[in-house]
Amino acid sequence: MEGVQLNLISKEKLEKMSSMEKLRMILDEVKSGTIVVLESGLTPEEEAKLIELTMLEIDHENFVGIEVETYPQKSSGFLSRLFGKREGRLTVIGPANKLKTLVKRDDLIKALVRP
Amino acid sequence: MKIGIYGPPNAGKTTLANRILRDWVGDVMGSVSEIPHETRRARLREGVTIEVDGKSVTIDIVDTPGLATKIDFHDFLKYGLSEEEAKRRAKEATEGVIEAIKWLDDLDGVILVMDATEDPFTQVNITIVGNIEARNLPLIIVANKIDLPNASPARIKAAFPQHTVVPISALKGLNIDTLYRCIAEKFG
Ligand SMILES: Nc1nc2c(ncn2[C@@H]2O[C@H](COP(=O)(O)OP(=O)(O)O)[C@@H](O)[C@H]2O)c(=O)[nH]1
Ligand SMILES: [Mg+2]
Repeated sequence: MEGVQLNLISKEKLEKMSSMEKLRMILDEVKSGTIVVLESGLTPEEEAKLIELTMLEIDHENFVGIEVETYPQKSSGFLSRLFGKREGRLTVIGPANKLKTLVKRDDLIKALVRP
Repeated sequence: MKIGIYGPPNAGKTTLANRILRDWVGDVMGSVSEIPHETRRARLREGVTIEVDGKSVTIDIVDTPGLATKIDFHDFLKYGLSEEEAKRRAKEATEGVIEAIKWLDDLDGVILVMDATEDPFTQVNITIVGNIEARNLPLIIVANKIDLPNASPARIKAAFPQHTVVPISALKGLNIDTLYRCIAEKFG
């Protein structure tokens, strides 16, 4: 069957992985054409690192970058700033030539997947 | 105080940097273009003193390359660049993005420039705001291009309600004094 592969990674699995393990896994999957769904998302620092790694791996032929769909962090309250590591939110990452954002709001994201 | 000017490509970062330098030191930062990724190396201008209502602040300004999650050289071809030029621009642009991210660790504050005619909920904006919040840096969000009829600074305010948003036109100089007052307050 032809189609686009979708990998849904649970929060439990993500919590067991180091940042680099997560980012490596995401980039390897996305570069092979898979769309990756992360139940608990990435931290802002991991998001920035993912962009850096993506830039290093763009080859101007097959891989031109990624598209990332996620909701913005809720404005952090006093308590979470004091105690909390902030949790990332549901995040979808795909190759830029397959995944296209249509509408993005703080509570709704619409995206298109190209076969 | 080292202040970085951040944002997606074409938001008007260099246009703003040029205006600030022209207004306060009589200088320019760099070239501006409608073709995305015109700035591909970060540029630093030290010792810019801004004075508002007797309050003065001296800042070093870093104009950074636009951040993006994808760079496709085909997008440059429609501006009349040859394939070779477009590929070189794309390669330099990827290096520029990495440099912009690295600069985040050396800053004391950020001016994040968004194009007010565009949707503010982009991954690039979300990632920049998240990283600035995680580093606890003072942030001013600039809603640029309010001279254009379809600009909506209100949409940017609604998207990032926890931050200061200043609507301006870097090109026409609209509301620029409000931005200078805000810079003196936030970074002073
Ligand atoms: N209408 C309008 N255009 C602007 C404004 N600021 C910048 N631009 C234009 O947007 C394009 C990109 O500007 P530039 O400063 O190179 O953006 P950068 O990539 O963020 O540095 C250029 O064509 C500028 O003339 C503005 O306030 N209003
Ligand atoms: Mg620029």
